[in-house]
Amino acid sequence: MAFDTLQEFFAMGGHAPYVWSAWGLTAALLLGCVLHARAERRQLLRQLERRVRREGRLAADPARATPIQHDSGGYTNDA
Amino acid sequence: MWAFINKLRSPKWFYAISARLQPWFWAAALLLIGTGTIWGLAFAPADYQQGNSFRIIYVHVPAAFLAQSIFVSMAITGLVFMVWKIKICDMAAAMMAPLGAAMTFIALFSGAVWGVPTWGTWWMWDARLTSMLILLFLYLGVIALRGAFTSRDSASRAASVLAMVGVINIPIIKYSVDWWYTLHQPATFTITGRAAMPMEMWAPLLIMVLGFYSFFIALTLTRVRSEILRRESNKHWVRELAGETR
Repeated sequence: MAFDTLQEFFAMGGHAPYVWSAWGLTAALLLGCVLHARAERRQLLRQLERRVRREGRLAADPARATPIQHDSGGYTNDA
Repeated sequence: MWAFINKLRSPKWFYAISARLQPWFWAAALLLIGTGTIWGLAFAPADYQQGNSFRIIYVHVPAAFLAQSIFVSMAITGLVFMVWKIKICDMAAAMMAPLGAAMTFIALFSGAVWGVPTWGTWWMWDARLTSMLILLFLYLGVIALRGAFTSRDSASRAASVLAMVGVINIPIIKYSVDWWYTLHQPATFTITGRAAMPMEMWAPLLIMVLGFYSFFIALTLTRVRSEILRRESNKHWVRELAGETR
């Protein structure tokens, strides 16, 4: 250990505002990236499920069908 | 090489292989960043000149490395996308950009707060600092450009071109400290060269750098998988994923 007490550790030899703001921002942004990626994946899976269910219902009852606009993703080629 | 490029043409193959790879990179990132944090913050000895403010190096240097590496990755994936029309590469480039911008911001911010006790100033129009600020604007430009087109194909091309042109800034950042030596010191840490620091300071830095790279790979794999769900939702194999475990 480079520090004898916990207070000394938090004080960082008088450099606490600099050290902790730099580390705090880094921790916040890394954690934010992880949480965002997780929320994004969950939302897309929910959307996919809803869409597959809806299309299943339409297949079972074609009379209710309305034309669905398919998003090709904007790609001109389909490699 | 060619076999690999051809496999990259299949988002289905990538979705399957990345599912197997991503837990390892997430685990490595957690382990390395966790170890590096505890070692760097609590166990590495204080610098004899800078005291404890030097502990900022453990976030500053890995973030700065990643900020530059992610831009180079975006330029390479942009080139591969333009030449071979490989969609996965464009998805990866799109998913990397916000992390690259975040890393550039961390490098600039941690450098500024480190500068106050060390240099007596948080900012100077030093070549290294200025070229890193330009890098941040390039990232924001790439992100904005992607959002500015209604056609995804045009957006992808424009973002690829900007990444390929903007990558010129990377060697400028790298050599800025040697060409114009004003404020920022030359590199004290390289992966290959001899360390200008004692082992107890250098080892946690290496661990943090490796941890940040693992984090980048893990996050990109996870987000490209999401992007595949977004862009390929008309494909039969993607529909079959609905209802599976998340």
